[in-house]
Amino acid sequence: MADSPSNPARRRFLTGAATAVGAVGVGFAAVPFLSSFQPSAKAQAAGAPVDVNIGKLSPGQMTTVAWRGKPVYVVHRTERMLEILPRMNDRLRDPDSSVASQQPAFATNIYRARQTHERFLVIVGICTHLGCAPTYRPEVAPEDLGEDWLGGFFCPCHGSKFDMSGRVYKGVPAPTNLEVPPYVYVSGDLIRVGGTEEDAA
Amino acid sequence: MIRITFFLCLVGLLAAPNAKAASSNYPLEDAEVDLGDKASLYRGAQTFMDSCASCHGAKMMRFGRIGDDLGLTDEQLAVLMPDESTKPGDVIETNMPPEYAERVFGIVPPDLTLTARVNGGDWLYTYLVSFYEDPDTLWGVNNAVFPLVSMPHVLAAEQGVKQPVYETEGEGEDAKRRLVGLESPERPGTLTEEEFEQKMRDLTAFMVYMSEPAALLRAHYGPYVLAFLLIFTLVMYLLKKEYWRDIKH
Amino acid sequence: MIKGLGKWVDDRLPVSHFWNAHLAKYYVPHNFNFWYYFGSLLLVVFVLQIVTGIWLTMSYKPSAENAFASVEYIMRDVEWGWLLRYMHSTGASFFFIAVYLHIFRGMMYGSYKKPRELIWIFGVLILLVLMAEAFMGYLLPWGQMSFWGAQVIISLFSSVPVIGPDLALWIRGDYVISDVTLNRFFALHVIALPLVLLFLIGGHIMALHEVGSNNPDGVEIKEHKDSSGKPVDGIPFHPYYTVKDLFGLGVFMFIFAAVLFYWPDGGGLFLEHPNFTPANPLQTPEHIAPVWYFAPHYAILRAVPDKFFGVLAMTLAILILFVLPWIDRNRTRSIRYRSTAFKVNLFAFAAAFIGLGYLGTQAPTALGTLASQLLSAVYFGFFVAVFFISRRERTQPVPERLQ
Repeated sequence: MADSPSNPARRRFLTGAATAVGAVGVGFAAVPFLSSFQPSAKAQAAGAPVDVNIGKLSPGQMTTVAWRGKPVYVVHRTERMLEILPRMNDRLRDPDSSVASQQPAFATNIYRARQTHERFLVIVGICTHLGCAPTYRPEVAPEDLGEDWLGGFFCPCHGSKFDMSGRVYKGVPAPTNLEVPPYVYVSGDLIRVGGTEEDAA
Repeated sequence: MIRITFFLCLVGLLAAPNAKAASSNYPLEDAEVDLGDKASLYRGAQTFMDSCASCHGAKMMRFGRIGDDLGLTDEQLAVLMPDESTKPGDVIETNMPPEYAERVFGIVPPDLTLTARVNGGDWLYTYLVSFYEDPDTLWGVNNAVFPLVSMPHVLAAEQGVKQPVYETEGEGEDAKRRLVGLESPERPGTLTEEEFEQKMRDLTAFMVYMSEPAALLRAHYGPYVLAFLLIFTLVMYLLKKEYWRDIKH
Repeated sequence: MIKGLGKWVDDRLPVSHFWNAHLAKYYVPHNFNFWYYFGSLLLVVFVLQIVTGIWLTMSYKPSAENAFASVEYIMRDVEWGWLLRYMHSTGASFFFIAVYLHIFRGMMYGSYKKPRELIWIFGVLILLVLMAEAFMGYLLPWGQMSFWGAQVIISLFSSVPVIGPDLALWIRGDYVISDVTLNRFFALHVIALPLVLLFLIGGHIMALHEVGSNNPDGVEIKEHKDSSGKPVDGIPFHPYYTVKDLFGLGVFMFIFAAVLFYWPDGGGLFLEHPNFTPANPLQTPEHIAPVWYFAPHYAILRAVPDKFFGVLAMTLAILILFVLPWIDRNRTRSIRYRSTAFKVNLFAFAAAFIGLGYLGTQAPTALGTLASQLLSAVYFGFFVAVFFISRRERTQPVPERLQ
């Protein structure tokens, strides 16, 4: 019944063509299944920019808002906190914010904030180690963090430490500074987290 | 032969008309919906936001999706949005509190996202143009395809109010009147008949789009998928022929 | 390297044994026609339903409050969600189209006869479970037809004598169809019944590969073997039927895609229009029709003017298939060599099934009920007639070998 093919080259060619067409088909068919894992329109809508009114935030105070489901910390830093920042440099892993992924270009400065508004720190409250939310510890030399502590953020999960600009200490598990999200000032008192330059006043 | 008969039966079965949800024997007009006509859809969207959305929501439709699907600029999209604080990810919601609606209309106006999918575009279009004067009802109007509808004739100023033509069946006490047609309004509205009908066609087209935005995607991808499957089938046919050369019987 | 790995695995797992036993050295008659595509197609549709089903559960919410909205969420907000959903809904209809054609094939060519009775029994069991699977799946979108369709079907159980009302209550887990019912139907639809189907399909195929396929001539190919023990009229399933079935798959997928992209509602038969209204326990739609694949059975139910006997007739319409191998007492398998009486009988049966399907989707009328009664009589009459015809049927001589 089954003899050897009369034209092996033709059979090889057709088998190859069929395999190729089949592979392309499977590839195309996989696209919808894989793409459906992307954030849905609902998730994207929830990821829309969030406005924060900073008018009532007194110096030293912090407020938290949710942006794309992530906690975003907005801190009104005191004059004293800003003065401490330059003195921290040699205790930090990346004092100059050289890792580009961790902040927009406008925040590549010691305050990691927009110029003319350097008192206000806006950072994503997710530790760059394993994703816990660091706590805000503005006090100097508290009992549990020791005499050297000059205020900043402390991650309770694995003890990572960050200064008042969210810059990471040396010798802690977190590899990079806390992330600064994109944001703009819509007006003097209103920050739009996730906003673009088009929204700016 | 038997095989062909069998398939004709099957096709006939599938094509069998299905019973409609809305009951009324009033003949439906063709809505002439063309989802490819983006300008018509945009005009319909504006009408929807101006005239429908104050009472009805469309809580499954996002503004951003309308903008993307109809190819609108940010300015064009902003025209559809009720206010400055509306974001593209927001859905069409009505400001009317349900309790208020219940008190005034006796019913909470239904969400309109899927209305066109339930009743079909032709029904919707005919409904929109078939309000007529009927002093016996709460709002003084009735509807030819949706008898005793609780909705007032919102666009009466534009269309005017059509006049019913009744036919009387039976005599004396048993006499029943039956609606057989509608006549032009006694006092015309601000739009001509053609203008109003076009406006309702646009609105219907938008609501048909809204009931299934994926219809645009289906139309977009359909030809590619079918073309590919044609090639696939052809190659497999040749492969089958090649292998079956071996079989002698 | 790869060969070595292959051998290493093969020494520990019967891969090549399985490949040979079921594909490369599984001998099948060489004369399969159009009707023999549906078995492999059904396997493909089953896999498609499983895969799209898994993906749908990722976004679907099985609660009365959220179910309807979550389906629209899939249709609108999930990337390509509309395609996944339409694949699943269209797939359900195509599953039944293929199943009904597959069953008809078996009846035409006598594939239920000795020694294939068990294959047939597995098949009818698959049909039963598939119907339960489809019925429960149809509740999940939580539209008006989902709700009221389930209400009607579950009420059928209340007609069972003595325990009926308690049985219906037990199935619902509530006094009406509710969140509780939806949740248990979801569990059964996505886990329990697919597993049962998987085992039944496994049994169906194992039983088939034990005795070998029948064919349009109804001739046993195993009775003529060559010196090496291979059936003379058989060819290996792979590559000959794998390539042929791939061609069939192409045609099938083309039709499937055409419906999916241009006619996903199926004119209101695949997706019923009133089902785009959320379930409302206080308001019944004007006309409740089951999805098309249940319509023939529904028409039989309505044809009987008594609740209990109606349900009995409907149940019997399916259960009677189990005993077909013993009702048909003629040893000639294929319709090709059977009497005209049998041919007429079988096609009357098929026509009655289609006619009942049409009537089942329509609103009940006096004329429709009469027609349903007539066609139900034809449906059941088939089995009675087969019993008597087959006793002394004048069949044509069956050839020794395939033609």
